[in-house]
Amino acid sequence: MQKTMKKYFAFFTLPTVLAFLIAFLIPFLMGIYLSFTKFTTVNDAHWVGLKNYIRAFTTDQTFLNALVFTVKFTVISVVLINVLAFVLALLLTRGIRGTNVFRTVFFMPNLIGGIILGYIWQLIINGVLVNFGVDITFSASYGFWGLVILMNWQLIGYMMIIYVAGIQNISPDLMEAAKIDGAGPWQVLKSVTIPMVMPSITICTFLTLTNSFKLFDQNLALTAGAPGNDSSMLALDIYQTFYGRMGYEGVGQAKAVVFFLIVALIALIQIRLTRSKEVEN
Amino acid sequence: MKAKKRLRDNLLFVLLTVLSILFMMPILIVLMNSFKGRFFIADTPFDLPTAETFSGISNYVNGVEKTGFIQAFGYSMFITVFSVIAIVLFTSMTAWYITRVKSKFNTILYYLFMFSMIVPFQMVMFTMSKMANMIHLDNPVGIIVIYLGFGAGLAVFIFSGFVKSIPLDIEEAATIDGCNPIQTFFRIVFPILKPTSITVAILIAMWVWNDYLLPVLVIGSNYRTIPIAVQYLRGGYGSQDMGAMMAMLVLAIIPVIVFYLSCQKYIIKGVVAGAVKG
Repeated sequence: MQKTMKKYFAFFTLPTVLAFLIAFLIPFLMGIYLSFTKFTTVNDAHWVGLKNYIRAFTTDQTFLNALVFTVKFTVISVVLINVLAFVLALLLTRGIRGTNVFRTVFFMPNLIGGIILGYIWQLIINGVLVNFGVDITFSASYGFWGLVILMNWQLIGYMMIIYVAGIQNISPDLMEAAKIDGAGPWQVLKSVTIPMVMPSITICTFLTLTNSFKLFDQNLALTAGAPGNDSSMLALDIYQTFYGRMGYEGVGQAKAVVFFLIVALIALIQIRLTRSKEVEN
Repeated sequence: MKAKKRLRDNLLFVLLTVLSILFMMPILIVLMNSFKGRFFIADTPFDLPTAETFSGISNYVNGVEKTGFIQAFGYSMFITVFSVIAIVLFTSMTAWYITRVKSKFNTILYYLFMFSMIVPFQMVMFTMSKMANMIHLDNPVGIIVIYLGFGAGLAVFIFSGFVKSIPLDIEEAATIDGCNPIQTFFRIVFPILKPTSITVAILIAMWVWNDYLLPVLVIGSNYRTIPIAVQYLRGGYGSQDMGAMMAMLVLAIIPVIVFYLSCQKYIIKGVVAGAVKG
């Protein structure tokens, strides 16, 4: 069987592999190369060594600012979203009426695109701030908390669904046994529910982590970095470096490589953690 | 004890109802403002339309004209539908092949696909859009090739995870009955993959439909999808037509809600499966 299969290699893999080369692999390798060059289009690159990487951190503070902004945003979003989603999941697994309707409603914002979400919240946040005579572009902290609220609205329902699945997987016998042993609701939560949904907690933590860290559309629509570039996150800062100023393409590409390395590091930690959990189970 | 539980459940029900209404508020506020005159929105978004501020459907007419929404809807639909078809078809073939045929090359291929999942778009956005431009993929048909290449990682990953769980006997029986690999795949394997295909289709559809940066860089100057059309309305500060913006937001949300309510079961299942695997 293996031998006849080998003849069909092109039929089964060629379309995907060709598209993969064009859309991903070649651009990725070119991207790494270009980060060490000065260029305006891909044909006029000349080698400058590590200069772009140095300039990414030294010409101005935007990249470092964006990094700090992104890390703060990610930490706060991950904690808030997961705590709230978990509480909602607990409330929605008690078999009260209307549970399905509630789940449907809470999950819905997740399906709306980032650009649309950004403008919805721009309207609402500006509508509140107008009473104080300012708008969201007044200070980076308005943009920051605006993004936190937006992200919560978008992801709470999604994470809630994963937690609900996790909670429903806990065997009722276990709950029963805990209750017979005299455990109160807090003890059941602490010693049964939370340890049993640990895999869901890992999944949700990393989903919110990577989603928050790589956020772009919402950031672009809500504040576009205003005031100045103070509310730009990493992805938006890279975009602005590429397309917002002439002669900075190389620096933009170098920033993109740094961004990629951070994201890859997070992914590696995640794979490590989920693997070790699987062994335990 | 029972009465106490009932009371608690009722309180919980009220609490969740209030929360649900709060959750829907942002969308309802946008909907309400889409019927107000453009100068009555930014400063008083929480006020109901009055006889003075009510503007009928003029925001919709205005917005559709300004953004070319009808074409944008068409492009979004076309690109999403055909990207989903291309990705489900080609990546399931690839995933099956590289899972079943063990060779060094296939293993490398598999890990390259996995690797592509962790690379953020910003890393390749410049080179990829230049590449698309150079080989004339900068049109609504060409961008499907880009989506196939970029979506391959996740799709191959999900498909090959499922292929591994299909017992080999079925395929061997088909081979003995005289099926060649193409027949085996389309008659036997592809139908078995159906639930996974639905998961992949939903994840890809949501991604492509909502995607902004990739289409704006590849085809944005000539063809606007819905997110591009909405972003296009932004304009400079102050000059933004708030009325048209509200109307476009509503029009952008409606297809998503229709899609959600009509295949809710699959969407929630698919998204959870995709999350657990991805």
